Amino acid sequence: MLAIENLRKRFDTAAEHPLFEGVSLTLAPGQSVAVMGESGVGKSTLLNCIAGLESVDGGRIRLRDQDLTALDEDGFAHLRRRDFGFVFQAFHLLPHLTLAQNVALPLWLLDQDDATADRRARAMLARVGLAARADDWPRHLSGGEMQRVAIARALVHEPALVLCDEPTGNLDPERATGVLGLLFERIQDAGAIAIMVTHSLAAAAHADRTLRLTPTGLVDATVAP
Amino acid sequence: MSSALRHVFLASLWRRRLATTLSLLAIALGVALGLTVQLIHSAALDEFGRGIRLLNGAADLQALGPRDGFSDALYPMLARSPAVDQASPLLEIEARLPDRDETLKLIGIDLFRVGAVTPALLPMGEDPDERAPASGGQLDALRPDALFLSPAASAHLGLGPGDRLRVQVGTREQTLRIAGGVPGAGVGQRLAVMDIAAAQQTFERIGLITRVDLRLAPGVSRATAQAQLGDRLPPGVALLTPEDASSETLGLSRAYRVNLTMLAAIALLTGGFLVFSTQWLAVVRRRQEFAFLRAIGLDRAELRRGLLAEGGVLGLIGGLLGCLLAYLLTALAFALIGGDLGAGFFRGLAPQVQFEPILTLIYLALGVLAGLGGAWLPAREAARMVPARALRAGDEAEVYRARPRWRTALAALALAALCCLPPPIGGVPVFGYLAVALILTGAILSLPGTTAWAMPRLPAGRSTLWRLARARLTAAPGQTVVAGAGVVASVALAVSMAIMVDSFRGSVDDWLTRLLPADLYLRASDASASGYLDAEAVARVAALPGVAAVRPVRFETLRLREIGGETSGEAGHAMALIARQVRADGGLPLVAGTLQPPTGPSVPTPVWISEAAADRLRLGVGDAVTLPLGEQPHGFQVAGIWRDYARQQGSVVIEIADYRALTNDSRTNDLGLTLTPGTAPEPVMAAIRATLGEQQSEMILPGELRTMVLEVFDRTFLVTYLMEAVAILIGLFGIGTTFAALATSRRKELGILRHLGLRRRQVGTLLATEAALSALVGVAIGLLAGGAIALVLIEVVNRQSFRWSMDLQLPIGPLLIFSLAMILLAAIAARLSGAQAMRQDAVLAVREDW
Repeated sequence: MLAIENLRKRFDTAAEHPLFEGVSLTLAPGQSVAVMGESGVGKSTLLNCIAGLESVDGGRIRLRDQDLTALDEDGFAHLRRRDFGFVFQAFHLLPHLTLAQNVALPLWLLDQDDATADRRARAMLARVGLAARADDWPRHLSGGEMQRVAIARALVHEPALVLCDEPTGNLDPERATGVLGLLFERIQDAGAIAIMVTHSLAAAAHADRTLRLTPTGLVDATVAP
Repeated sequence: MSSALRHVFLASLWRRRLATTLSLLAIALGVALGLTVQLIHSAALDEFGRGIRLLNGAADLQALGPRDGFSDALYPMLARSPAVDQASPLLEIEARLPDRDETLKLIGIDLFRVGAVTPALLPMGEDPDERAPASGGQLDALRPDALFLSPAASAHLGLGPGDRLRVQVGTREQTLRIAGGVPGAGVGQRLAVMDIAAAQQTFERIGLITRVDLRLAPGVSRATAQAQLGDRLPPGVALLTPEDASSETLGLSRAYRVNLTMLAAIALLTGGFLVFSTQWLAVVRRRQEFAFLRAIGLDRAELRRGLLAEGGVLGLIGGLLGCLLAYLLTALAFALIGGDLGAGFFRGLAPQVQFEPILTLIYLALGVLAGLGGAWLPAREAARMVPARALRAGDEAEVYRARPRWRTALAALALAALCCLPPPIGGVPVFGYLAVALILTGAILSLPGTTAWAMPRLPAGRSTLWRLARARLTAAPGQTVVAGAGVVASVALAVSMAIMVDSFRGSVDDWLTRLLPADLYLRASDASASGYLDAEAVARVAALPGVAAVRPVRFETLRLREIGGETSGEAGHAMALIARQVRADGGLPLVAGTLQPPTGPSVPTPVWISEAAADRLRLGVGDAVTLPLGEQPHGFQVAGIWRDYARQQGSVVIEIADYRALTNDSRTNDLGLTLTPGTAPEPVMAAIRATLGEQQSEMILPGELRTMVLEVFDRTFLVTYLMEAVAILIGLFGIGTTFAALATSRRKELGILRHLGLRRRQVGTLLATEAALSALVGVAIGLLAGGAIALVLIEVVNRQSFRWSMDLQLPIGPLLIFSLAMILLAAIAARLSGAQAMRQDAVLAVREDW
């Protein structure tokens, strides 16, 4: 269970007005939500705050009853390593690693031995339809293929929470639909919680719920402002 | 982490093959140079030490005097002393071999005494089954013409038992018969032994010895014996431990060895800067990669460790390559230039390459340290990065917002100035070298501040490219730090060495011009060897047609038991004595005092001491000094201090007339000849050969001698030049890789400029302009730092190492050309690397920002 209560974030420590405040959200395992909003409202910042990559100025975040806002930087890093998966717009595949190695990366960080990590990475690649290209290099892939590898990498260590920041921002609509279908299918299989930031209504439609981020909190996107 | 470390961090070194190779090469060269210098000196010192041990044997103390020797009456006095168990007199002679134009170390031994103290010098007769002193061969060894060669001398001269060897005595020749060998001498020791009485007779040194080796009676300490016997020694003779005696040569060569080691260290430091540049740029390029790794759970410490591991591996592999290269270079150096790296301290030794495990490990560790040191700041910067910000494209400029560090820079420079004040430690200018390092640090720390100060002051200009370049460097002075650190280091090194060597060479040239006023120079042999001109030979030369005047010079050595009124560690060490005409001829390059001191019966006899002697004896102009001449103490007054680049141990010049009056020694080593106007030197040279014999004299014209000395000077500095070239090469690698990596790291920015309408060529020009401006700042600071380092080298390092001064000379033309070349090379490197970066499609380059 992920519970966000009254989250507050200022532009910076000197800013008087907050970027957003009163953000609350509760998600059970297997549930997903899409977060939309105007540019600059703080959607990516919200994801960063949940992941502990940016500090919050108020409120609480609890994952499986653990208060994440009480964690220090290293504690958060180790939590992300174990319980978080990320899918970014820019893929962030490491160019000098093969696809299998890119997918195995989170397992290496969890100190899994090479053989086990490789076996699990290849199995995950098979689930995103790239088994035959496990030993290929990222530079040989199309954008859609790269994002499928990123999805495999986000899920290979069976995280509790998957954070997606504009995962199809670099893809054409046809590829985007395919990738998102795959992403949410795999997230559902894993029983993970998913939060996706997007500008696209079509993308948002893949999530269980769609919310809109405003300076005063999250509102149901289906309700007109 | 180990898998991530291996796959993420170390594998990236392979991905950046060019930068990795250059960093490896830079570290390898730095390590190789340093280790080569150490290996060569270690092998030479080892061989030298072996020779010393061989020659000293089991001696506890040695009585040493002037080079020409002292009365052998001292020997029975020492031998009879209750403090002495065994005494062995020796006569050491550098015998000139007239038909070979070289010398051979010849030791006259007392066959019945030498076995008890230095058994390795025992000769063995022709019959290998019979040892000479204990058999019928004993008589053979005592024959006046019997000479025994060490295996190395025998091999070098190509002579064996029964062969004859001609040696020069004065201007005459004597023929000696090879009667056997000296099997106890080491493989690298070229020497010969003969009976001491025979040596005295052959070399006209009747009644003279140069050394007495003493084994002390049981229970008598060296200090006790030195105290008991010291006062009974004649003036000019000192009682030294064998370690003290050998430390004379080691002490003289130490400063030279340390200088070369420091140069190698600077090359390694420049290598470290190259690692810094490449690692820093790699951090910029991989910023998003690291941000992503942080996002998925890598903590700061792990990221820092990963990057340090990259630097450490570069250092380790570079260090290993460097060590291998060092052994190859050492073997090559022994084959080409011998064991002394051109300075002549260990002439005549034939050292072998030896594996030195501890030294190798130290240099390997230094390579790793250079790698780690170069990676330290980039790793710290990467660990400080805020992942959420760095995940967004366009964050790279953050890295280049370097803060001006004026305070730290000024503190480093102030500390450098303070480091110029303390004296050397053990003859090594430790603080001088520290000052050099601090100046370099201060110069590099001043880079961001200087760039931030200078760039806005450049004219804004109307060209778009100029404006873009100026704006970039003003906003991101850190780029100049990354690109300029290597430039500053290599320019500072090159400039300081150029100024120092130019000043030194110019001063030596001036010194030679003043020191060589005659038209022709004649000598029977090198001053330390067995040839000399007697009074009759000098008179015959003076009477030759075309000779207007002769200027005789006599060389001897002095040993002062007390230095500056107290017994110091250097007491008893040899100092050169030069007897020549001073008042009449001038020609002494004085730095203080006068060549024309007052004369009169109540005025003390004048001497002119070299800067090194003034330093060692702690004397100034007008001071009184007592010097032992002819085994008697005599009072003198310092009339002047002169510059002597030939004798690092110090020298004292005395009027030859005074010398002869005090010693009755009428021999001459060098004779300067003034020819009558209009006389060509060649006929006079032919007449001298006809008078003294074809092979018994060496003649040289002042111009030839000057050229020869300057050739020796250049040869001595050859290793220095080589090291300097390597450091510059490493600096140029740095410029090339830095700008190549900068262009690649800014692919997106440059792609946008392409989108806005800039042509490839214009992007290249932009990069070249930025590079030229960065290099200009680097070169300007490097020039200033180089000038300051040169001053430290001239006024502190050289003075403290070699105790001599020199006049500052600035090779302005070459420095300007060098500076312009560095700026041009930077611009070309950036232009070429920019072209490579722009080969990528501009659309691809900016794709991530869409």
